[in-house]
Amino acid sequence: MGISAQKTINHVFGYIGMAILVIIIGVPLLWLVSGSMKTNPEFYTATPSLIPERIHLDNFYKAWNQASFGSYYINSIVTTLIGASAEIIMAVTTAYALVFVRFPFRNFVFVMLLVALMVPEQVVILPNFLTIADMGLLVTSSRDLSTQDYIRGWLAIILPGASIAFGTFLLRQYFRTVPADLVDAAKVDGASHWTTMMKVIAPVATPAIATTGLLSFTAKWNEYLWPLIVTFSDRLRTLPIAMRRLLDAEGNAEWGVVMAAAIFVVLPVILVFLYAQRYVVDGLASGAVKG
Amino acid sequence: MFVTAASFKKTFRRDWRDWITFVLFAGPNLLLFVIFTYYPLIRNFLLSFQEYNPIIDKGEWVGFNNYVDILIQDTQMTRIMQNTLVFTVSVVALILVLGLLTALLLNQKLRFRNGVRSMLFSPAVLAGSAVAVIWLYIFDYRFGLFFQVLKYFGINSPKWLLDPQWAMISLIIVYVWKNLGYATVIYIAGLQAIPADLYEAARVDGAGAWQRFRNVTLPGLSPVTFFLGVTSVLNSFQSFEIINVLTRGGPVNATNVLVYRLYEQGFTEIQNYGRASVVATLLFVIMFILTLIQLRAIERRVSYA
Repeated sequence: MGISAQKTINHVFGYIGMAILVIIIGVPLLWLVSGSMKTNPEFYTATPSLIPERIHLDNFYKAWNQASFGSYYINSIVTTLIGASAEIIMAVTTAYALVFVRFPFRNFVFVMLLVALMVPEQVVILPNFLTIADMGLLVTSSRDLSTQDYIRGWLAIILPGASIAFGTFLLRQYFRTVPADLVDAAKVDGASHWTTMMKVIAPVATPAIATTGLLSFTAKWNEYLWPLIVTFSDRLRTLPIAMRRLLDAEGNAEWGVVMAAAIFVVLPVILVFLYAQRYVVDGLASGAVKG
Repeated sequence: MFVTAASFKKTFRRDWRDWITFVLFAGPNLLLFVIFTYYPLIRNFLLSFQEYNPIIDKGEWVGFNNYVDILIQDTQMTRIMQNTLVFTVSVVALILVLGLLTALLLNQKLRFRNGVRSMLFSPAVLAGSAVAVIWLYIFDYRFGLFFQVLKYFGINSPKWLLDPQWAMISLIIVYVWKNLGYATVIYIAGLQAIPADLYEAARVDGAGAWQRFRNVTLPGLSPVTFFLGVTSVLNSFQSFEIINVLTRGGPVNATNVLVYRLYEQGFTEIQNYGRASVVATLLFVIMFILTLIQLRAIERRVSYA
């Protein structure tokens, strides 16, 4: 058999393999989209179809208005943006300090960070719950909340996850590859550490910072266990928790609304991912291969 | 070379300013770690020896009572440990093997391969809770997709999430579906990092495709496999939302794992903080040991060729 025949066979198998992958990954996603547009009779049938009978947006309307997903969006957006911003800023400053600022206990600090990387959220979730309660941040009232209640509730969701080990680690690895000449030149020019970080390091490290930021964003947006535990008031629910409660309340009666709610949960992440997936995929991959 | 008082003073002043900068830059992050990672780690350990009363916010020391309750008295614990082991081992093995296969597939110069790669990766960024909701509907044994497909082939669908025999398998399917793409992406990067001349040299030596895979690709990928192995074990150990949405540890504890037991003990009606802390301590010790074992294994086996 000639080389080109072998190649053709490989290609044929390759495309068959890719088709199988597309079906395995795509059909459940399609099932979600089609489910969100189905009416109840279309759900409870022995012959469900992958394509809904018609474009039917009632479920989205119901999820948005009756299940007040509009207001849950605010909780998710506020906690995600503040939480992720805090993480990015602290990851950059901490990584910068670890690489470029002289300090006697620098290695100790780095080890502290590595150990924190190995402590899973679940292990510390109970004491953290007690800490947040001691700080007076648990909002238990389900009546109309004051602005102060919202701030307390948001803080309860944001605070325990605001520190960042993985991103700091990722950025530290990246900053170490920045040529020392660049930093020295800035120093000779009399630039402060702040200026050096903002004007010299950050621009060079933009891809790595973007990766860290996107990972933080998706992690915060998707967070489930912690918000589940600390949101007693239904007004403070983030989207994943609101979807869960909707499932408990309507799961058997209104599948379509629950599916629409699930779409509300995943849509922002999908949009961001479509726009910036290069950073996520390449960033993660290079972190794994080089790190 | 000697240090004059003036130059000493100068370096000291510069050092001192550096220290302040360091504290300002790294301090907030570290402070949060102390409050929300280190302190709770210790407090959790202390809580595990207490009978804690949430109403008066006070604990009473009870020695090893909670440990006895969880490790010896709790008849479900063996089941839960088995479940955790089965889930972790199956999920990690499947993700590594399938991840490598898909990476080998997508590493070929095929059209659309980047699109397929992105698609494969996409479930990894979606909320686990939303993914679980999709699969809840797929697994429905009367109206779901699997039921429908199996019926087409004349097979009776199992009751998936409602059947103790199938519930764990269902969870494994969902977890692998969600996280496979991540492994694929990492493996592709690993494959592309293997120098092409190694393959050329093997070819010149007359190595066939299988031998090249066995002697060049696999050893070249071992650091990546190690990385993926560690992260997959740790991640699968922490998998919570899929279980919480799909099975809540049931039916009859068939899918109850350590993380879920922790949640049940601490945050459902039971609300026994002491016992929950024992489960958390157990979880931490196991994860720590696993990481150490893997680190040791890798020191001996990994080739950085």
